[in-house]
Amino acid sequence: MSENTTTRRSRTHVSCTVNGDQVDFLADDGTSLLDALRDELDLTGAKEGCGTGDCGACTVLVDGRINCSCLMFAPEAEGCDIVTVEGIAEGDHLHPLQQTFLEGAALQCGVCTPGFLVSAKALLDENPDPTETEIRYALAGNLCRCTGYDKIVRSVQEAAVQLRGAAR
Amino acid sequence: MTITEDRPAYKWVGTRPIRHDGYDKVVGKARFAADRNFPGQLHGAFLRSPHGHARILAIDTAAAEVMPGVKAVVTGADFPDLPVGNPERDTGINLMARDAALYVGHVVAAVAASTRAEAEAAAAAIEVRYELLPVVLSIDESMADGAPLANPDNRTAFSGSDDPSNLATVTPLERGDVDAAFEAADVVVEREFDTAWVHQGYIEPHACVVDVGPDGRADVWASSQGHFRVRSQTAAVLDWDTARIKVTPAEIGGGFGGKTTIYLEPVAALLSEKSGRPVKIVMTRDEVLRATGPAPASKSRIRIAATNDGELTAIDGWIGYAVGCTNDMAGFVGAMSVASYKFPNLKMEFVGALTNTPRSAAYRAPSAPQAAFAIESVIDEIAQALDMDPIELRLKNAVVEGDLTSMGGPHPRVGFVECLEAIRDSEHYRSSVPEGAARGIGTGFWFNIGEQSSATVNLNEDGTATVITGSPDIGGSRASMALMAAEELGIDVHRITPVVADTESVGFTDVTEGSRATFATGMAVVNACRELVEELKARAATILGVGADAVEWVDGAAVAADKDPLPLAGITAKAKGTGGPLTVTASLNAGGAGPSFAVHCCDVVVDDETGRVEVLRYTTAQDAGTAIHPSYVEGQMQGGTAQGIGWALNEEYVYDDDGTMLNASFLDYRVPVASDLPMIETIIVEVPNPAHPYGVRGVGETGIVPPMATIANAVSRATGVRLSSLPMSPPKVLAALDER
Repeated sequence: MSENTTTRRSRTHVSCTVNGDQVDFLADDGTSLLDALRDELDLTGAKEGCGTGDCGACTVLVDGRINCSCLMFAPEAEGCDIVTVEGIAEGDHLHPLQQTFLEGAALQCGVCTPGFLVSAKALLDENPDPTETEIRYALAGNLCRCTGYDKIVRSVQEAAVQLRGAAR
Repeated sequence: MTITEDRPAYKWVGTRPIRHDGYDKVVGKARFAADRNFPGQLHGAFLRSPHGHARILAIDTAAAEVMPGVKAVVTGADFPDLPVGNPERDTGINLMARDAALYVGHVVAAVAASTRAEAEAAAAAIEVRYELLPVVLSIDESMADGAPLANPDNRTAFSGSDDPSNLATVTPLERGDVDAAFEAADVVVEREFDTAWVHQGYIEPHACVVDVGPDGRADVWASSQGHFRVRSQTAAVLDWDTARIKVTPAEIGGGFGGKTTIYLEPVAALLSEKSGRPVKIVMTRDEVLRATGPAPASKSRIRIAATNDGELTAIDGWIGYAVGCTNDMAGFVGAMSVASYKFPNLKMEFVGALTNTPRSAAYRAPSAPQAAFAIESVIDEIAQALDMDPIELRLKNAVVEGDLTSMGGPHPRVGFVECLEAIRDSEHYRSSVPEGAARGIGTGFWFNIGEQSSATVNLNEDGTATVITGSPDIGGSRASMALMAAEELGIDVHRITPVVADTESVGFTDVTEGSRATFATGMAVVNACRELVEELKARAATILGVGADAVEWVDGAAVAADKDPLPLAGITAKAKGTGGPLTVTASLNAGGAGPSFAVHCCDVVVDDETGRVEVLRYTTAQDAGTAIHPSYVEGQMQGGTAQGIGWALNEEYVYDDDGTMLNASFLDYRVPVASDLPMIETIIVEVPNPAHPYGVRGVGETGIVPPMATIANAVSRATGVRLSSLPMSPPKVLAALDER
């Protein structure tokens, strides 16, 4: 077997905000944001379900917009504000979506849950009173194979009610 | 909604607490298979066959071995050759080809390197010389006279023949006089059906990390439906002692049957052994679709006879399953799944046929959906021919306790009639069909299984408890275990911590499959708790200074005449002085699994221009026995239904002539998304299973059985054309409309 003497490709220094913290890490040019979050920052909440942007398990917020972190190169995150599922609770207080997902049994295996929570948060940040159809289309980029989406949609509806109540 | 027979008043069973493992899963802390890294780990990657069937003449790994970062390479030559007849021989061959590649995507070599990119580059540099062999891709090709062998290793199971064959199993069933019954029938409907290959579609790709130490012991981290099977299969494939292997269960990101077998761990173990480093392997989605799962494609012919008053007098037919590249029991299991109607006369044959496609794997009620699609479609046509309500027709013929199953034995107490009545009486079924839509009915059966489970219950010093089992939690079963323990011990469910322990920390437990975890592992938990309560009563008698017979256990406390109740925490606090730690382990091989039935109802509209089928409304009724945590029972019903809707309308493997899958991504293999589906209304029917202390039947699988026929029956009524080929994708629906 070869000795590990080959020259490493140059790595890019990336500086950005993740869940409110200023972070710095090194990334190969070909490294996805998802792999950087998971492997460099040990934030393994975002998952890789497909690597091609079709399942939404890797969804994170980049400057407030949902993004498949598997489709974004890590160096592109320079200067960005990233929010992952680990960052949507406020301290010990779960985000209302996290609480309604728990109470509404909106997760079974739970592997798609981080992506759904981030996508649903982005929806409710934008549209505090979505219709069922709007919720279904907003979440259509997130695959869940366990629940049939029923309890996910209901939990988002319930969280929207709670958030509107809190905003009043 | 829940419809319940009389049952005891439970305090915890039937409530909906937040699941214990939920918090970690909503904050991103739960660790799934790919979420752990071992210090110093390497990354593995595979070279896979580009050919559907080819003899492997030579493999040259020399160039790969000197590439940057490469630490180890393995091929089939590194694996022991298990004898024909060893039950894990095919498992081993499937995860690393030996003399021949049996399908496109079959692993022929693997590399471990410092980075995944280096491993992939080195795998691609391995040179393999192949001799191409004929490729068998369908049931018809497999069963044709003079067909080439898909896998020369295969012998037809149970046949006694040692001749190579493309047939995996042939299972005939017969009772009564079918010919006479068809002769005497008022109505006969006969039709042929086919269904495509479909994948379980779990969102988490297979992944593991394996660290083989200098002592030869393997530390395995992997997600699966059963880590004891990961251990036993890994040991068998490598011909290692089981005691060398410890498997720690990661959280599992969906399995649906597809994670009841292994693909990675023995390869990672050999790479780790060769390199002296931990090795992590994570499949891509492309690999998952090309080389794991899928569920068999099928082809069938069903003929059913009926009288004018709606008695189904006879069924005959043939159902074939394309099982992939190794022997498989799909056909045999299919024969067990036709058990919903009395059919005094029955003559069926079930066949499994090998193809040069991935080794098929279990998928939720394996083999039953294909059979139910065909039979439930023909029954719907009979209802149309008789101008009879489809539920009334089924009620006339539905099995009850004592009626024969397809394999011959009598049904125990079952809830099929109750499920039919639940849909008949539902608001959905009683509502008028929306303008432009049509309504379909379909039903499903699954027998469920028991198998072996172990549970340890530890009472802690402060009266809290830990419930330790070996059943991976694939959809809320930890909460179910805690609820049953809470009911038995009389303590709050959140004072109980349910744990899924590694293979060295709990007794042997079979795979989470066959809808068995809450049934069988739950029974082990109940047995352990009951033994603990007896011990608690004895300790309380000592503390209270009364005779052992004078103590009762009531609502979490020891109660004796003329004494203040002594709560559980008062006993655990004095454990040291009364006999030591309070812990009990129970294990069992559970019998008496309760068969489960489901009845579904849906409204669809069909777009005449595009052929798209839209599901407007969907209701499912299923006999749960007793719903321990009703939210997760509903979740199983809804999830199975959604997978069935995908199977019915969208999902299919598309192969080219060489057996290359053309749609190996979630973009092109299209599972239902939120905007494809309506709410899925649930009616939990509770006809308790007398063999379980709380009446549990198991609910995981039956929900996927009815949707294909339910939707086909609705589409057929909407269009006036009988749809008999799955999926009912827009092109097929348009073609059917053109034939109208």
